[in-house]
Amino acid sequence: MTSSEHAAIAAESLAVGYTNDPVVSGLDLAVPVGSFTVIVGPNACGKSTLLRALARLLTPQEGRVVIGGEDVRSLSAKQLARKIGLLPQAPITPDAITVMDLVSRGRYAHQSIVRQWSPDDERAVASAMAASGVSELRNRRVDELSGGQRQRAWIALTLAQETDVLLLDEPTTFLDIAHQVEVLELAVRLREEGRTVVAVLHELGMAARYATHLVAMRDGRIIAQGTPAEVVTEAVLEKVFDLQARVIPDPDTGSPVVLPRTVSRRRQV
Amino acid sequence: MVSAVATRDPRVLALRVGPVSARIRTRSAVVIGLLGAAALGTMLLALTVGRGGLEPGSILYALTPDASKADRLVFEWRGSRALAAIVFGACLGVSGAIFQTVTRNPLGSPDVIGLNAGSYAGVVAVISLGGIGFTAMAVGSITGGLVAAAAVYLLAFKQGVNGFRLIIVGIAVGAVLTSLTSWFSVKSDLDVALRAAIWGAGSLNGTRWEVLAAAGGLALVTALALPHVARVLPQLALGDDAASSLGLRLEPTKALLVVVGVVLSALVTAVTGPIQFIALAAPQIARRLVTPGGGSGPDVVGSALVGAVLLGTADLLAQYALPGTTVPVGAVTVVLGGVYLVWLLFRESGRS
Repeated sequence: MTSSEHAAIAAESLAVGYTNDPVVSGLDLAVPVGSFTVIVGPNACGKSTLLRALARLLTPQEGRVVIGGEDVRSLSAKQLARKIGLLPQAPITPDAITVMDLVSRGRYAHQSIVRQWSPDDERAVASAMAASGVSELRNRRVDELSGGQRQRAWIALTLAQETDVLLLDEPTTFLDIAHQVEVLELAVRLREEGRTVVAVLHELGMAARYATHLVAMRDGRIIAQGTPAEVVTEAVLEKVFDLQARVIPDPDTGSPVVLPRTVSRRRQV
Repeated sequence: MVSAVATRDPRVLALRVGPVSARIRTRSAVVIGLLGAAALGTMLLALTVGRGGLEPGSILYALTPDASKADRLVFEWRGSRALAAIVFGACLGVSGAIFQTVTRNPLGSPDVIGLNAGSYAGVVAVISLGGIGFTAMAVGSITGGLVAAAAVYLLAFKQGVNGFRLIIVGIAVGAVLTSLTSWFSVKSDLDVALRAAIWGAGSLNGTRWEVLAAAGGLALVTALALPHVARVLPQLALGDDAASSLGLRLEPTKALLVVVGVVLSALVTAVTGPIQFIALAAPQIARRLVTPGGGSGPDVVGSALVGAVLLGTADLLAQYALPGTTVPVGAVTVVLGGVYLVWLLFRESGRS
């Protein structure tokens, strides 16, 4: 496992939650530089809590989050926003906003009262829209787009921030399968262009198919991590999801495919 | 070097002066120009319309030292009132834009969520304690507004803002404060009660230059925060998580916005008494005018100008619509606002 200095972003002995009884405790995670890391686990296992702590939306009760060797708490809001981009789970799309207008708002951390729209902003917004494939939609209203297009517009907003690390909190929830693939293929492309992408996903099959580094969580702890082939095994599925399943390799890509059989007796009681 | 370059999109202009840069939609620029002209238009009308109005040609002449005494008097009386309508309307419009964004609800304006009622209670408390003059009124009004904001925050915001809960708590807080105001008025002697009642109708009647200068000064100082406000409102409209991860310091920003919003509406209340509807409607109207298809959130400059036009027009109606009598402008805005509020409630409840 990479030490936290070499990680793109890392959690060290992290305890975090909403009450005195933390959802996540004693957690260490080092996200490999240039990986597409996907965090999976059953509902309420703390995966979104972990992601929100990485984004500094939650303050750790113990431990710390480190980016580039620095504690995220030592950074100003704007400094942090130039290092980490986040697509929240339930962002609010203002009524009637256009794609271009939405993506432009990703530049806030690079702007000031006097410098509100520089050539850099213009270039960053154009390339963010191009990277997410929404350039053609720039003058369309976001609320009139399909679910997949809308997520891509929001991802373009986080790209306009020009950060090395991108966090996506359940970017495919509520999307039908084709739109899920559309969003995950974009995440893969962004990784190939050199960014580190971290996502929380509900869909284990999708995670196994697209992640380069998979993290399986349960009850606020990491149960297993590594390549999808290392993590998606019958033993781990049993431990993390109480699921009895068969795992076979995808005939085309070789990535593991989960064939659910039944839930374990432990869960049925 | 100044440059206004057309961007790749003909609908958007980028302005650059050395290190200073900004971006404006061509349509926004045109609409804002027209709204500015309309606001000036209400002032000109206010100076010239009706019996005893200035001749349109002699308006500028009335400012010179050798103007006739009558003209100067008309200018002094009507001019201060007309300018007050513009300035106060703009304050209310901006205050509405701020609160509607912070609460993420088109109903979340200071007159609906009880903040005006707080200012009202504050001023009546000051009056019944014998306070006189703009400073005393402003202190009462701003304190009352902030206390009401804190009460609404504690009662409604705790589990995150959710539309109707906030509105209902706001209306309830407003009702409590209004009954508190009535109690103050009943307990105090007749003279004080009368002053409070007249003031409570919301009128620009007899707004003098001295008071306007004091209130306008306070508005100008507050307006220093507006360039910042105009930058953070669109970010905040994306939700707390997104705004924060895009680099906004959430809590300090919201606190600043609430203070600016309360001061802007409270300084108006301190001078004129409560004027409803402007803060509620101006941001929504501006949103629809400034950007095609409904826009993307309250626009600070647009809201200010629409507020100015609305209050300027409402005050003209208050003075001249009923021949022979002048009604308080608050009465006019309540009548218009009532209709608008019913429509808005109807539409919002149909949506959720």
